[in-house]
Amino acid sequence: MGSVFPGLRCAPPGAAIWRPLRGLGRGLGALAVCPSYVPVTKLVQTLLDGLAVGGLYALIALGYTMVYGILKFINFAHSDIFVLGAWISWVFAVRVLGVPDSAGATAPGWTGPLVFLVAMTACGTAGFLIERFAYKPLRNAPRLNVLITAIGVSLLLQNTGQLRVFFGPYPKSMPLLVPDVTLGYLAGVRVPLVDVIVLGTVVVLMLGLEGLIFRTKLGRGMRAVSFNTSLAALMGVNVSAVISFTFVLGSALAAAAGFLFVMKYPAGLKQPADTSWMMLGLKAFVAAVVGGIGNVRGAMLGGMLIGLLEFFGVAYFEPLYRDVYVFSLLILVLLFRPTGLLGRATVEKV
Amino acid sequence: MRLGVGTLLRNLAPLVVGVALASILHFWIQPASGAFATKVLVDIGINVILAVSLTLVNGFTGQFSIGHAGFMCVGGYVAAAVTYYGSHRLYGDAFLHGGVLSWTAGQGGVAGPLLAGGDLLFVVACLLGGLAAAVAGYVVGLPSLRLRGDYLAIVTLGFGEIVRVLFQSTQPQLFLAGEIQSQSTWRLGTMLGGALGFTSVPFYSTLFWVYAFVALTLLATYRIKQSGYGRAFLSIREDEVAAEAMGVHTTRLKVRAFVLSSFFAGLAGALFAHSIGSINAGELGFQKSFDVIIMVVLGGMGSISGSTLAAIILTILPEVLRTATEHVNRYLPESYALPDLRMIIYSLALIVMMIVRPQGLFGLHEIWDFRKKARRHEGT
Repeated sequence: MGSVFPGLRCAPPGAAIWRPLRGLGRGLGALAVCPSYVPVTKLVQTLLDGLAVGGLYALIALGYTMVYGILKFINFAHSDIFVLGAWISWVFAVRVLGVPDSAGATAPGWTGPLVFLVAMTACGTAGFLIERFAYKPLRNAPRLNVLITAIGVSLLLQNTGQLRVFFGPYPKSMPLLVPDVTLGYLAGVRVPLVDVIVLGTVVVLMLGLEGLIFRTKLGRGMRAVSFNTSLAALMGVNVSAVISFTFVLGSALAAAAGFLFVMKYPAGLKQPADTSWMMLGLKAFVAAVVGGIGNVRGAMLGGMLIGLLEFFGVAYFEPLYRDVYVFSLLILVLLFRPTGLLGRATVEKV
Repeated sequence: MRLGVGTLLRNLAPLVVGVALASILHFWIQPASGAFATKVLVDIGINVILAVSLTLVNGFTGQFSIGHAGFMCVGGYVAAAVTYYGSHRLYGDAFLHGGVLSWTAGQGGVAGPLLAGGDLLFVVACLLGGLAAAVAGYVVGLPSLRLRGDYLAIVTLGFGEIVRVLFQSTQPQLFLAGEIQSQSTWRLGTMLGGALGFTSVPFYSTLFWVYAFVALTLLATYRIKQSGYGRAFLSIREDEVAAEAMGVHTTRLKVRAFVLSSFFAGLAGALFAHSIGSINAGELGFQKSFDVIIMVVLGGMGSISGSTLAAIILTILPEVLRTATEHVNRYLPESYALPDLRMIIYSLALIVMMIVRPQGLFGLHEIWDFRKKARRHEGT
């Protein structure tokens, strides 16, 4: 097993895996000390924004992909759950906890995590109710009908949210629950605490989900139902419970994304039926398709890809065509690899 | 089958009846009804064309397109540009140059020939708008129709958004006759108003033209439904694998249905642009597509008369609701004022409809089929 590379010979077994990572660390270290050289600054800034927003897309995409994996339909109302999460964060922080939503006001440190948990719980409940009352009666109906119902639920959520008794028809600005602190500079790019919290939460949630799906009994049930519903039922999996749980889980993740989104963009809290929300949700769906719909890891990969593509397109090409890049990627992927990057082809049996 | 003069006349008879009805609307109903009712009638006509054309794809073929407004947008912009810039080229201004059929009473100038050069320009513009939309439909449909229904839904939605962005990033519109004369025709094609939309389109869409095109659309879709093509479309909807096994070239037929549907959507867009005098891509987002989908779903997925009826009801309903809300709000204090409940009612109707009667009010049947219902067995 003699290697011609002396460096590799003395390495302990398995260390080769870490080698590229160590190189990456060295690269990042070099970036941290390198002076603010404009092209590098722009690159790092774009990378940072792309990763943070890509992580949010990935969180929403997970909900789409889990529901698709199990029920085989696009849950159009999922992006509205994301909006609901963002708005519940605002209502709970401003109306219930009384955090002032004026510029420059600060909130105590415990408000952020509390609002986060409340938003996730509320949206999880909403997801459960939607599944129970809108989708469950259609369990054996053609998928097109379920798709239309999903559009109906989406429109209902948007327009009910616009009512004055709920969130009202005006945009609001989110108070800063995370202090606006600068952690450091990376190649001349300011790294605020918010970005680190967003990326950190996304990574933690994804690792948690990965563990849940591949390491627990419930996760095995989810995978079984996704593989073959009736067979899973015969094997003793409680299909109804698994489907309900999938909706709750997906909705909670979407709520997390909603909360993190308004943390990163406090001015992005548009009225519930605003088209900018729909665009975000759509891009998340595109992320799910690009990664391979029904595939959890694919959703994560797709979200990051879409986020990076969008921000690099805006920074280096024409900013007007922001949405065009994403949908062009969708069409390209559908043309050349319809199952997505990590998806597996299925053959329809007659 | 030989195409004799008699057959041709019999086949075109519905169109003749339609044009006659459109003339009655134009010459008798329109002067008597006033501007508001005319506007509602024009909207009804345009929505009928939109709903019936979407029925071709969503109803007959069982595919699911949610980018109908995108095709409407393409047709509207192309037709508006042809009439506006064409009018400038031909007459030096962008006013109405049509005959009696293009003038609404109250605008004056009713005396004149029945048809004039401007009418020809308008009809050509409408057809070009439809053709442009059909080409767009081909471009979108060819890759995406190989895929399963939900992907198509997303691609069409994405397409609608791309169209919106592309039109919103065009050059500003030219208004001065001199500047327009000095530009080349191709250059003018890129000057579509950008984010402000394309304005100052002459108001050619009178009741006559709108309902003549409605008659054309209804006739064409009805004949398609009755033909071998229609049967093939329906077979794709019922079972794609079985249809393919029976020798139906599913991808090709799906693309054809899509192209046809886009053509009529473009036509509707052209009429729309000429009815309000402007077209703005920002207003034709997925909200508009959803409006049309609601009409098709409520009316019956695959029923021409059902979609027509739904389009009529759903165009009048918002006006009725608005009047009713205003009436109630007059007696309520400001802070308790009723909001616009239209979309909430629509979305609830969609959800309840899918649970209670998923095939829509009429399903695949036409309204007149119900007389022979006893002989029919209910489709699944």
